[in-house]
Amino acid sequence: MKRQQYERPLIQRINSGIMNKFGTKTEYAPVTHIDDFSVKELIKQYGSPVFVISEKTMRDTYKEANRAFKTRYPKVQFAWSYKTNYINAVCNVFHQEGSWAEVVSGFEYKKALQNGMPGNKIIFNGPDKTDEDLISAINNNSPIHIDHLDELYRLTELADEMKKKPNVAIRVNMDTGIYPMWDRFGFNYENGQAWDAINKIILGDKLELVGLHTHIGTFMLSPSAYAIAANKLADLALGVKKKFGRTIQYIDMGGGFASKNTLKGSYLPGSDTSPDFNQFAEAICTALLNAGFVEKDLPLLVLETGRAMIDDAGYLLGSVIANKRLSDGRRATIMDFGVNILFTAFWYSHKISPAQDFSTYTEDTVLYGPLCMNIDVVRDQITLPPLKKDDHVVVHTVGAYNMTQWMQFISMRPAVVMLGLDGKSHLIRKRETIENIEANEVMPEYLLKFKI
Amino acid sequence: MSIKKNLALSDTGFVFNPSTGDSYSVNPIGLEILRMLKENKKDEDIKKHLLATYQADFETIEKDYYDFVKGLEQLKLTENNG
Amino acid sequence: MAKKKLTVGVTGLNNIDSPGPGIPVIRALKDMKDFDVRIIGLSYDSLEPGIYMHDLVDKTYQIPLPSAGQQSLLTRLDYINSIENLDIIIPNFDAELFNFIKLQDALKKKMNIHTFLPTLEQFEERHKSNLPEFGVKYGIKVPKSKMIHSMAEIHSLAYEFGYPLVVKGKFYDASIAYSPDQAMAYFNKISGKWGLPIIIQQYTQGTEVNVTAIGDGKGNLIGAVPMRKTYITDKGKAWAGVALEDEELMDIAKNLVKGNKWRGGFELEMIRTEKNEYFLIEINPRFPAWVYLAVGAGQNHPEALVKMALGEKVEPFKNYEVGKMFIRYSYDLICDLKEFETITTLGEL
Repeated sequence: MKRQQYERPLIQRINSGIMNKFGTKTEYAPVTHIDDFSVKELIKQYGSPVFVISEKTMRDTYKEANRAFKTRYPKVQFAWSYKTNYINAVCNVFHQEGSWAEVVSGFEYKKALQNGMPGNKIIFNGPDKTDEDLISAINNNSPIHIDHLDELYRLTELADEMKKKPNVAIRVNMDTGIYPMWDRFGFNYENGQAWDAINKIILGDKLELVGLHTHIGTFMLSPSAYAIAANKLADLALGVKKKFGRTIQYIDMGGGFASKNTLKGSYLPGSDTSPDFNQFAEAICTALLNAGFVEKDLPLLVLETGRAMIDDAGYLLGSVIANKRLSDGRRATIMDFGVNILFTAFWYSHKISPAQDFSTYTEDTVLYGPLCMNIDVVRDQITLPPLKKDDHVVVHTVGAYNMTQWMQFISMRPAVVMLGLDGKSHLIRKRETIENIEANEVMPEYLLKFKI
Repeated sequence: MSIKKNLALSDTGFVFNPSTGDSYSVNPIGLEILRMLKENKKDEDIKKHLLATYQADFETIEKDYYDFVKGLEQLKLTENNG
Repeated sequence: MAKKKLTVGVTGLNNIDSPGPGIPVIRALKDMKDFDVRIIGLSYDSLEPGIYMHDLVDKTYQIPLPSAGQQSLLTRLDYINSIENLDIIIPNFDAELFNFIKLQDALKKKMNIHTFLPTLEQFEERHKSNLPEFGVKYGIKVPKSKMIHSMAEIHSLAYEFGYPLVVKGKFYDASIAYSPDQAMAYFNKISGKWGLPIIIQQYTQGTEVNVTAIGDGKGNLIGAVPMRKTYITDKGKAWAGVALEDEELMDIAKNLVKGNKWRGGFELEMIRTEKNEYFLIEINPRFPAWVYLAVGAGQNHPEALVKMALGEKVEPFKNYEVGKMFIRYSYDLICDLKEFETITTLGEL
């Protein structure tokens, strides 16, 4: 007789107020394939855990965003936010789609240049730009977004020394009715700092003011806040026109659009509640079109959306290391990936699916990472079918920030694979080795030997 | 190991403890184990039966069986000196 | 004339000490003259009393909690509809309305299930957190309020609001705090359950008066009955109440519906101050649990909703009986464990 499919025996107390299992199957429906690639095969080939990025989803998302804005506004330019995910293969997919680069450090700036971005299409943001960075940006004709007065003065000095007129924009912060207000970057709109900075730049005549930039927050769920922001930048641009007769070439609305992830503490899933590109586009474009620009002066609309562009395309595939029962009887499952590589687990309740078929029985589980650290919790409560050692899971919507904010801590960082439109999987970042990590270490001669 | 004799086991996987008023849900294999425990089957025999019935190795069954029975203890569904 | 058969799905079967509106709505539907109605209960928890009230609820199915998302809900409703062939669904929880509003077209197209819900814009703009803007837009006085996202913000509230103040959850729960310590305790308790933000509202002294009402989505107030709670439970819920005559309150309701074209049932929670000023405390985007008082007073609002959901034209109610009262009572229903087992393990009863 053929033996039956095995499933771990489960017993759960029936409590009032817990999620009933009827109709919730979609939450833990198994995900065995991503873009027709078998999860099991990917893990076999590249090891576990492994980050996987769908090229198809990236390109589809870009096209969706592009369509949302271009159908509403005549001049639109996306700039790929390097810090969101700066693996070169990822950057180049977006560059192929037409994105410029948006960088916030010398390191990212060099990456963009090396990826073949022309200097005038690399937007240089951020509070930390060294002299070397600024000189390089000036020489390459890159738009430099000024964050503070110190930078404005330094840039003016450099312009003098180099006998060049750098292209600059200022970053503006403002009250858009959202919380928290990001007033640590750039110049404030309401108290007049921004207008003062604009005046300094234009009257000083050492720098060429080409744009105005804002970035109102992160994981924004309210499109109307962008309308307020667009209005305020438009107001500055129109003020420049009125006072100096000059046209601001572009308005950079930054990024911050929410992805489909679910923030911790929110009741409804992000996949249902996050606004889509159309809603953000409608708010921004309507505000700009109605701001009072004459048609030929309509500024180019630059968008630096990172998270919403790539989050959905990223997956983390991992495996179960062990199951245990906590002292209070709760189930705990230890995965081979933790917060060191899945940094976003600190603020999202990531959707996690089993990668193989199960019956309809589930249990409430705490998902831990493999680190020997108490903070290593991937999900503090999740309903999953009874996973056993070596079973695989798929973590969804991890494309943004994880592959840049991850830490080499306790173990090595995993490989990153792109599922190509050519039907093949491509290794785009190798799994780290001890040699990679130790390559930068230096051992003083006298510490070489010891006796125990 | 023995479980409380007055536990009511239903085919739907519903378990009721008349002494406490608590109810539980179990999956089919869990129900099968509870039934065998109620019939006073020995742990070793139950495990043997599971091994013969399901596609799993002995180690897995041993481990999961231990975990399940510990869970029963935690839920106070076992006889005190069982 | 034979009555028309109608199958209606209803949520909010939690007829407990702080009751959901499901059972009162069902009672109203059972009173309809033109329809022979079959009630399909939609429950979230195995202990919602309505599940076991077989004289009112013909069959109940468990549905996934709103936090499971729209796809889960749609899949489950598809299954339920394949058996029950639902004509209408009347959702009665604030927390589930977002999902039902988003799904209403899919329900109509795929399953031919009618609903009569506010638009997403109407639903969103009356959120507690948006109430100040709402008041300005529709010319209704609203107590000062503020959203807070962290406990650290509680310290500054004393200057802004003074104590006591009201601490409110995004969807449910409201408590009056008399000190920062209490405010912090409520912040924790309420945010733990309903997430952030927490809404802080100025405490307004006066008499609470409420209106249960229904709008046709075109700017007409189809029916409205104002009520004052005459006895309140320790949870602040009405235990008894009486239908009032209050022209000013009726005008507020009429103007509001004229302005925002509210579609479906709703409740206004107002405070009438000593000086006879009216402050809007909250708008509930569905019928309140005391909606049956309206039926008793001569306005069957759920019936009007059913007819409008089916596309029939409904004339506004002209009057109601002032002085009609309701008195809530609790009742110990006896049922077999077998029933609890069935709803728990099979999800249907």
